[in-house]
Amino acid sequence: MNPQSRTLKVDYLARVEGEGAMHLKIHNGQVDEVRLEIFEPPRFFEAFLQGRKYGEAPDITARICGICPIAYQMSAVHAMERAFGITVNGPLRELRRLIYCGEWIESHVLHVSMLHAPDFLGYPDVIQMSQDHPEIVQKALKLKKTGNDIVNLLGGREIHPINVRVGGFYRIPTKKEFAPLIERLKWARETALEMVRWTSTLPQHEFEQDYEFVALRHPDEYPFNEGRLVSNKGLDIEIGEYEQHFTELHLPHSTALHSVIDGARTYFTGPLARYSLNFDKLSPLAQDAAKEAGLGSACNNPFQSIIVRSVETLYACDEALRILEQFVMPDQPAVEIEPQAGTGYSCTEAPRGILYHRYQLDDNGLIMNAKIVPPTSQNQRSIENDLRQFALPRLDLSDDDLTWQCEQAIRNYDPCISCSTHFLKLHIERT
Amino acid sequence: MLKKHKPKLAVWKFASCDGCQLSLLDCEDELLAVAGAVEIAYFPEASRATMRPPYDLSLVEGSITTAHDAERIQDIRRVSKSLITIGACATAGGIQSLRNFADVQDFINIVYASPEYINTLATSTPIATHVFVDYQLRGCPINKMQLVEVINAYLNGRKPNIASHSVCIECKRRGTTCVMVAHGTPCLGPVTHAGCGAICPAYNRGCYGCFGPMETPNTSALSTQWHETLGVDKDDIIRVFRGFNAFAEEFRKESDYYESAK
Repeated sequence: MNPQSRTLKVDYLARVEGEGAMHLKIHNGQVDEVRLEIFEPPRFFEAFLQGRKYGEAPDITARICGICPIAYQMSAVHAMERAFGITVNGPLRELRRLIYCGEWIESHVLHVSMLHAPDFLGYPDVIQMSQDHPEIVQKALKLKKTGNDIVNLLGGREIHPINVRVGGFYRIPTKKEFAPLIERLKWARETALEMVRWTSTLPQHEFEQDYEFVALRHPDEYPFNEGRLVSNKGLDIEIGEYEQHFTELHLPHSTALHSVIDGARTYFTGPLARYSLNFDKLSPLAQDAAKEAGLGSACNNPFQSIIVRSVETLYACDEALRILEQFVMPDQPAVEIEPQAGTGYSCTEAPRGILYHRYQLDDNGLIMNAKIVPPTSQNQRSIENDLRQFALPRLDLSDDDLTWQCEQAIRNYDPCISCSTHFLKLHIERT
Repeated sequence: MLKKHKPKLAVWKFASCDGCQLSLLDCEDELLAVAGAVEIAYFPEASRATMRPPYDLSLVEGSITTAHDAERIQDIRRVSKSLITIGACATAGGIQSLRNFADVQDFINIVYASPEYINTLATSTPIATHVFVDYQLRGCPINKMQLVEVINAYLNGRKPNIASHSVCIECKRRGTTCVMVAHGTPCLGPVTHAGCGAICPAYNRGCYGCFGPMETPNTSALSTQWHETLGVDKDDIIRVFRGFNAFAEEFRKESDYYESAK
């Protein structure tokens, strides 16, 4: 076999959410073609949202993704509130940050310990890893559960929570109901700190790239639901300008929609981008842990995303504790809503990156059209670029090793392919 | 003595959000025990290692929306001793079955710039439309403790102990005041299959039918009550039955009735 000319193919990528495949064509020592293929069947959310009531959007769009339903609910409710000219402040705003903390903890720990760490240590999955590292896995499961406990209490259940509504919540749990979470979160914060330390000891690939990071940035806080959309290469816009700058390209050799900035620029969204653009907004504890783990105030190595996710988990535990310790019962579980015609948009920070929703509503609050741009479709181009750069100096590796390492490079993004609203079935073209 | 082997478990995905199979990974307290009792032979969301068929137990998430998937489920049935569907997509077609009430071509045109690349069926259908299913676990999403119960039952050759009454019974057991009687909040609880634990009424909202129709539900009595007593608009009645279990027969009939009466 000539290692300089071969095709690597993984027909069904493991440890990612949803269905995807990887295609890498190597010819004469060059990477000829790289494709991340998405074959998640389309589900047409933007189509059947037409004619639905504004209040149904958080319940319906949650079903786009079972891993990050809170992200969908948060983008949906903020977009609707923007359309109606309503701002939700005070304790209700804090509780929205709290439930997002829960989702970040649950989703990040799932990815760090169960989906990504096995790559670094050479295990096919977390179950096998648990035989050699039982304590780490058991602690991770308990940490993940703490995130789920927050979503469970405030959302009603972990997957597709029922308590989020436009204007606030249906019911606010009492201080007594919240109380047990505080002790659990104190334990979780310690454990998250251990996770940062542990992930920093994992064997790393040297792989730094000059990315354009895109994330929300808020003057006072690490971003969840609000802020301007900024990048390290000059982007600084209101969310309402999103569609003027971000477009989805249809490339001749790919049928997957690739999202780009200003018609051409590939960008990167998710934990690495948030961290690199908002390091100064992390809590002191999270900043110190990051420094101790050897991270700078920006991180350009996507393999280190496993450390950054751990730092964000630590931050989310810290922030959740702050919110719970300062908890004041809101006067009402939700702000009154008066539907009116208009357009609302919102962008929030899903665990995997920015999630944009835009709705146009009629006088009765019926959805006339909807646009949803999930994070993974935005990262697709960056993933393919990484694969090309990453594979080139590693062509001497055996097929098995190179394939596994490329899978790991894809998993750096924690791709969530179920967010299929904007993915197209890929037709293979060979030249 | 016969050599004992661990039963081989496979988890399959069709059109879905991944939430139901995630429920297995969300069993933080039970996951390692389940993994100790079975051989996880095929579960791509969790592992890159796979074992060859046949499988003792296949869990199937998602609905059939492409010609390729319609073939794939036949292959899966062939290599599975028992096949259990998990969640509303697999048991009723899911929220994506709303295409069944419309022209899928319109849907494609709304979402995609180049419709010619989209290869999809006109309908989203449950797994049981295509192959024999041994057991159907309801819910959008499923209840993870019910999932553990079903796996346990099948591994031990007994029937799963899953209640088939309505959400109302769960409210009574939980001690929740009826939101419809006390507050006039429209609630699908009387016609909806139990399993969630009656979460919505406990959070001051009406049930919206995640677990689909219960056995022999009186949907028309409920919708009449909604319309005549609670003043719910007929369009809202159509919308509520066209949710995550829109294509389940009893819910479908009810929404179709109100649509045809328009």
